[in-house]
Amino acid sequence: MTKDDFWQGVRGGFPVMVSASPFGALFGALAVDNGFSVFDAVFMSITLYAGASQMVGIELFGNKVQPWLIVLSIFAVNFRHILYSASITRHVRHFSPVQKIVTFFLLVDPQYAETEKRAERGEPITFFWYLGFAMIIYVPWQFMTFLGAYFGQMIGDPRAIGLDVLLPIYFMSLVLGFRKRDNWLPVVAVSSVASVAAMHIVGSPWHVSIGALAGILLAACLPLPRQPEAPVTLENEV
Amino acid sequence: MDQSEHLHLIYIILAAALATFLTRIGGYVMMMQMTRIPPRMEAALNAVPAAVLSTLVAPAFVYGGWDVAASMLVAFFVGLRFSSLWMLLAGWLVVMAIRHFAGL
Repeated sequence: MTKDDFWQGVRGGFPVMVSASPFGALFGALAVDNGFSVFDAVFMSITLYAGASQMVGIELFGNKVQPWLIVLSIFAVNFRHILYSASITRHVRHFSPVQKIVTFFLLVDPQYAETEKRAERGEPITFFWYLGFAMIIYVPWQFMTFLGAYFGQMIGDPRAIGLDVLLPIYFMSLVLGFRKRDNWLPVVAVSSVASVAAMHIVGSPWHVSIGALAGILLAACLPLPRQPEAPVTLENEV
Repeated sequence: MDQSEHLHLIYIILAAALATFLTRIGGYVMMMQMTRIPPRMEAALNAVPAAVLSTLVAPAFVYGGWDVAASMLVAFFVGLRFSSLWMLLAGWLVVMAIRHFAGL
């Protein structure tokens, strides 16, 4: 049963691994470009395992920004994970303490999205399903970081081979996957506008936290649905 | 980089890793202090993924240039019917075509 769960997770995580792999390689290449050794790049991928914030980190390090500001910026980019962990607590209460530590360490965006979708479909969230889904992303992420760092120069300009559009499109696919939820359109609209405004006024990376907070506050203030929600099925696979 | 600079970077990475782990366990620690989730907080939590992910999409659409915006628009319509891999492929093809033919 646990073995089946694990392999079901691996199959579920496979498309995520495919779409995340170019970013792993891109991170490795950019890290080396910003003064990291191959070891440093892989060490960062193993210990943080948070793609967007890793990109921010190497960018700031390359620009000789003070260490405390690098760490704070990485914290700010990853701040959304506080909300993820609060949200999936409902589904992982039955895990053991060690399993919980592993679970939260591996809590990346698609892992969170898939766990929520699975819970919404009424399927059980087991530790081994979660671990299988995580490992098919985590292990190749390290390998692709290594490849990218090792062959750094061969990738050259990410824009020239169109890599720069993949990250926002991938995040957009995640947004679309949640479109059957209550208040989806107003939340997306408000967060989008607020993040663009914050980007313009305050700058990156604060537009993430500010824009997200705007949509979340809106959802908390909108009228509550009168009946308990029927389970929603999502057509879109992440 | 010399030896001490390298060690310095390792410390930065370890501190960043700790900060990242704190964000990933922080919500759990907060939730365990509460006995039941108030309905408005539940509504707020349900909005989290769409709210956060929108902030990673909208600025790229607005500030990424017209080639990126066009590619995201096509990917959006593809995404209404197909999975994320097709969205990525369609968006990538559009941006590559625009850059090739418009010479961006």
